[in-house]
Amino acid sequence: MSADALLDRSLTEQVAALRAREVTSAALTEAALARIGRDNPRLNAGITVDRVAALSAAAAIDAKRSAGAEIGPLSGVPVGLKDMICTEGLRTTAASKILDTFIPPYDATVAARIRSAGGVIVGKLNQDEFAMGSSNENSAYGPVRNPVDETRSPGGSSGGSAAAVAARHCALTLGTDTGGSIRQPASFCGVVGVKPTYGRVSRWGVVAFASSLDQVGPLTATVEDAAIALDVLMGHDPKDSTSIVGAPESVAAALDRGVGGLKIGIPAEYFTQGCDEEVAAAVRKALSTYERLGATLVDVSLPHTPYAVATYYLIATAEASSNLARYDGVRYGRRAEAYSGLADMYGRSRAEGFGDEVKRRVMLGTYALSAGYYDAYYLKAQRVRTLISRDFARAFERCDVIAAPTSPVTAIGLGERVADPLQMYLLDVFTIPASLAGLPCMSLPCADRDGGGLPIGLQLIAPPLQEGRMISAAAAYEREVSHG
Amino acid sequence: MAEWEAVIGLEVHVQLATASKLFCGAPVGDATGPNQNVDPVTLGMPGVLPVLNREAVELAIRVGLALGCDIAEHSRFARKHYFYPDLPKGYQISQYDQPLIVGGGVWAAVDGAERFFELTRIHLEEDAGKTIHSSSASKSFVDFNRACVPLVEIVSEPCMRTAGEAVAYLKALHQIVVAVGASDGNLEKGNFRCDANVSVRERGATQLGTRTEIKNVNSFRFVGRAIDYEVHRQCNVIESGGAVVQETRLWDEAGGRTRSMRSKEHAHDYRYFPDPDLMVLEVPRRWVEEIFEALPELPRDRRQRFEREYALTPYDAEVLTQTVYRADYFESVAAATDDAKLAANWITGELLAALNKDGVELDAGSPVSPEALAEMLRLLIGGVISGKMAKQCFAAMYAQGVGPSAWVEEHGGQITDEGAIEQEVQRVLDANPGQVSAYRAGKVKLLGFFVGQVMKATRGKANPQSVNAIARRLLDA
Repeated sequence: MSADALLDRSLTEQVAALRAREVTSAALTEAALARIGRDNPRLNAGITVDRVAALSAAAAIDAKRSAGAEIGPLSGVPVGLKDMICTEGLRTTAASKILDTFIPPYDATVAARIRSAGGVIVGKLNQDEFAMGSSNENSAYGPVRNPVDETRSPGGSSGGSAAAVAARHCALTLGTDTGGSIRQPASFCGVVGVKPTYGRVSRWGVVAFASSLDQVGPLTATVEDAAIALDVLMGHDPKDSTSIVGAPESVAAALDRGVGGLKIGIPAEYFTQGCDEEVAAAVRKALSTYERLGATLVDVSLPHTPYAVATYYLIATAEASSNLARYDGVRYGRRAEAYSGLADMYGRSRAEGFGDEVKRRVMLGTYALSAGYYDAYYLKAQRVRTLISRDFARAFERCDVIAAPTSPVTAIGLGERVADPLQMYLLDVFTIPASLAGLPCMSLPCADRDGGGLPIGLQLIAPPLQEGRMISAAAAYEREVSHG
Repeated sequence: MAEWEAVIGLEVHVQLATASKLFCGAPVGDATGPNQNVDPVTLGMPGVLPVLNREAVELAIRVGLALGCDIAEHSRFARKHYFYPDLPKGYQISQYDQPLIVGGGVWAAVDGAERFFELTRIHLEEDAGKTIHSSSASKSFVDFNRACVPLVEIVSEPCMRTAGEAVAYLKALHQIVVAVGASDGNLEKGNFRCDANVSVRERGATQLGTRTEIKNVNSFRFVGRAIDYEVHRQCNVIESGGAVVQETRLWDEAGGRTRSMRSKEHAHDYRYFPDPDLMVLEVPRRWVEEIFEALPELPRDRRQRFEREYALTPYDAEVLTQTVYRADYFESVAAATDDAKLAANWITGELLAALNKDGVELDAGSPVSPEALAEMLRLLIGGVISGKMAKQCFAAMYAQGVGPSAWVEEHGGQITDEGAIEQEVQRVLDANPGQVSAYRAGKVKLLGFFVGQVMKATRGKANPQSVNAIARRLLDA
């Protein structure tokens, strides 16, 4: 099989071919770079391609393999990283003009883990600026087109990461998920996307949007591929104080567990609130597949779901207003060329450097934290967050995982909702609650695409640290529909 | 005219003596130049995260325990937001509504009386960098060496009424944080600096007046002067019909006055909220107990013990417990000579006077080691040298580093042989018959003359008590 054809296969198959020396990492990387070069002018999935470093890393892995040395589980496959993830010596922009020239002197822990597992970082992927958006239209480097239908958005904020997998540039990309930024684009682009339990994956070196919510996760073509990636990414990191202590169990080892006897909770609230009938129907069909596989469906209630979006937009914006204060043009990044005095330097640098959505959220968050408003907004939002977590805890007394639509709609048209931020925010109505509760959750494709329809995502949500249980449920479904 | 009373509360920032910074591994301490002690965390680069320095927490707890405070089992870090070029993240990581340490207080002697000044709280926070304004170019420079250096902020209740009380409080506090090894307390380097909140009210009033905050005064003397000035200024404002404006003022040492820095209208809204990058700080009881067990004796306890155990005067005990090194020095000499009073006299007298003249503090680098001083004092106690010789010997030890036995070898010891002394006295009497007659005619004051002559003849080595007794016996015979 040619290197180019191998790009259309899963990560697992690419790893197998590399291990069997049917292809070299250099050849596979070269093929990926060629595809990126061909597609990127149209899709705009990438911001920065690191051709020289990628080929040299691939050659080094090939040399190691020739010498008989052990290569990590990624075996030399090309990997793309969302541009929120700092890469030593490689420009990291967070899709913002304010970081247009920023070259980190350090690797994010996840970037270092990808490298040491034998992944070849080919470049940095497009996204909404500072991960603020649901359509990838808030990027300073232009919107990404959905490879499934190029008139449509790939979702956001990890739009480039989802599009790069859908277009088979890379079998594995990393995204970040704060309120749905991995799951929703995975749903729009028809790929698998996982947000692990908050604290399972290190945030060190990941540009912060909302620190209490941000979590890195993989986007892949298959569930098995996601499991392999999770085993590489998850684990304690002493450089992140919110990192969970202790070694996680292997997720890949849980792949074949099946769903016999599994109780799947169905939250009524996720099938009402503006959910497209087409989406609801596809998810219900997936649920009946689960029943056929031996799972039991249980009705559960998550009564505080209607407050989740409002809660999220207080907490996430408050944290963002604080996290983005460091972009002041003093030490790195963009500084306005002309200014008079310190306040003017700050004002102009930030006015020029930040896009509209970022400014909107910084202002919302600043307001929410202001003296006299803190209790009414930020503190109250934290209390509601606790209620939402409690909803899930109660639901998980009755079921093992929760299944629901990832997004109420399929991929929206580019430009369709840019004029109405509130409509845009509602795209995350089903992904935000699990984020607020810090739970592991994922999206996997469940649409019947034979009729040429758009992808639909099935969302699975599990109790804390139960990535293995969630992945085994996803794998069982995937096996059934691909073999059935 | 009304009688005014000042109300003073102090906020003291103390730099903790850790090897690395509060939230990262960058070193703390003297740097070879600006922006040397920095790393991505210090500089607030994208994606970096703080990790709390355990040593800083331990040092803060030491301070808290030394001051009789409660150590919170759960405390929390909060972000304090403001924009300034020397604040890398646009916020300072501090503690707000859940500080590590609450309550406690400082004992300090004011005009000879012990007073207790209550504390509100002590919290951990990171320092900011330093902005340097260039006088020539329209440029400013920032040095981040100090950024993220661990501090404790020690906040007193508004419990002081005079500048003298404030200075006494600061000195006692300084002594304690240094004694427990929490800080080097270096004032010149700004490792112990003070903000003073000052207001005035009519004596007897219960409500507080409008306060001003005097920022960043870093010497005890300046704090006293700044407070005195500010109290005076506020009284004048009120007496001339005005009202004190709540504001931050800077002490201008050259001008001998405070001046307005920013008023309340320009006060920041710091938008505090719990730092989501850091977990709640859990301090197990057992850890606090371990730290407590390992605390050194505190200056006040040691002072009281010195008075009790060594029968020192309050003054000597005070002087000898000014620093841990002084007190250790004293105890070592006292133990080696078995004469605490003599040791105290020599240390507070000769030794500290000499060091003071040279403008240096007694420390391990001082010219006379406790062992050498003890050796010399043992020679004195044993009568090998006289008091006068001891002073000469000490001077040589201090100036040239001569050892006491070497000095005695060179200069000879004291003459204590009574026969030899009697011979010398007799010789002096024989050589001065006129004075002998005058003495015997009643001019007994001449005894000093004879003794002096004997001492001169023996180059000071004769035991003066023996000379005295023998001369009197021969003259009165």
